[in-house]
Amino acid sequence: MSENRAMLTTAERLPTYGLPVLVFALAIAAWEALVRINDIPPYILPAPSLVGQTIFTDWGVLSASLWITLKITFSAILMAIAGGGALAILFAQSKWIERSFFPFAVILQVTPIIAIAPLLLVYLEPNTAVLACAFIVAFFPILSNTALGLASADHNLLDLFQLYGASRWQQLVYLRLPSALPYFLGGARIGGGLALIGAIAAELAAGTAGQATGLAFRIVEAGYRLNIPRMFAALVLISLAGIVIFLFFSALSWALLNRWHESARGREG
Amino acid sequence: MAAPVVTLHDIRKSFTNGTLALDRLNLNVGEGEFLTFLGPSGCGKSTALRLIAGLIEPTSGAVDWRDGARPEVGFVFQEPTLMPWANVFDNVFLPLRLRGVPKSNARGQIEEALSLVGLKDFANAYPRELSGGMKMRVSIARALVLKPGLLLLDEPFAALDEITRLKLNDDVLRIKAELGTTVIFVTHSVYESVYLSSRVVVFAARPGRIIAALDINAPMPRTECLRLSQDYADQCRQASAALQRAIELGGDAIGAHR
Repeated sequence: MSENRAMLTTAERLPTYGLPVLVFALAIAAWEALVRINDIPPYILPAPSLVGQTIFTDWGVLSASLWITLKITFSAILMAIAGGGALAILFAQSKWIERSFFPFAVILQVTPIIAIAPLLLVYLEPNTAVLACAFIVAFFPILSNTALGLASADHNLLDLFQLYGASRWQQLVYLRLPSALPYFLGGARIGGGLALIGAIAAELAAGTAGQATGLAFRIVEAGYRLNIPRMFAALVLISLAGIVIFLFFSALSWALLNRWHESARGREG
Repeated sequence: MAAPVVTLHDIRKSFTNGTLALDRLNLNVGEGEFLTFLGPSGCGKSTALRLIAGLIEPTSGAVDWRDGARPEVGFVFQEPTLMPWANVFDNVFLPLRLRGVPKSNARGQIEEALSLVGLKDFANAYPRELSGGMKMRVSIARALVLKPGLLLLDEPFAALDEITRLKLNDDVLRIKAELGTTVIFVTHSVYESVYLSSRVVVFAARPGRIIAALDINAPMPRTECLRLSQDYADQCRQASAALQRAIELGGDAIGAHR
């Protein structure tokens, strides 16, 4: 069926890929036209062309901030994957461990990160505090999804493993972990997006007080200076970062699941 | 009959919800027998099979093995129960892998098991690329790969279409003849039970118990000719009458959805 997909003609592809691109381009063009026709000054609403130009001219400042935000976000995602995954495996070992520690995870999750950030900024260095915030929000979806996945192993397969005298370790490695993989990847995709949100929220809370110079800080700074085009430029870069993270995890899911899991396959398969 | 491979003594099994799944179950399973448990839903025939497999323990009574310990057992579930993330080869490899056999040493046994079920050319296919009947064959190959002394099949073909089911019935008989394994087969189909078995025991529900045992006297190998014979029709009628009695004894077990 992958051949079928490859054999799609250009005419069939156009609505799938061409239409969204076209509509998006039209929306940008409308924005551009609106600004030009009404002669809206850039400090109220910059035209997309000016935003693009600002990204180019301010690239030195913006790229340094983008790098910092991305570094923190990806560190947080990696930590959340390691921590959430490991804790889910620990929970799967015993109901008692799960019951004892799950409330802590829930409390961390339900308390809005923007409310925790100022406290963390008191205790930690600004960069570390931002990292901690991003980690906390990314951690929970990975933990809860992986825990659900580990508990979702087919009962007949569990019987089969028992029949052949499998050890707990074998059961984990050959049955529970593969069963949990689609759930884990779903959690990682959500957690990845949240990590960026957490990092930005914490940077905003850190504000000008810290020496943090991530993209959110640039937005605050540009706001004080009424440099609206740069605010937009920073915003575009944040959006792009979020899209890249989303695409990365979607591609990872597809690569790991396309041979066997329904979520990664077309209906005609 | 030679010394029984396994003997069930006065087995009683009640579940925590209070259901008495089996009551005073006594049964001998002879070496090389093809034994079928026939009965309506909820009569405890699957429970009896799981007890023999060691997946559950009896509440009271004992399961005694001829050699003092359970021999290698192969189990086929109602569903194919394959690991969807692993290809056919790795699915059949599973029992060997759990026994610590390295893949390089297992290749021969896996290919042999796949040939037995006619799937030698599908080793690299993934379960979702296979039909229902083929998945069930993989499941059977997996159960055979350790060369079990006892093969247990729990309504394996109930979800398959008639044509596939008849074909798989013949395959099970062929495999049984080739390997000489003792087989216990659970079904609620009278025709299937008579066609396959050397002996049929009929279960009734509430509480789960054996109410009849029938020796099936038809020569092996069995073929399509048997299905058309008067002899087969007569034995099916007997088995059917026993099943009817089981249904009446079990009260509304048929109406109860399980």
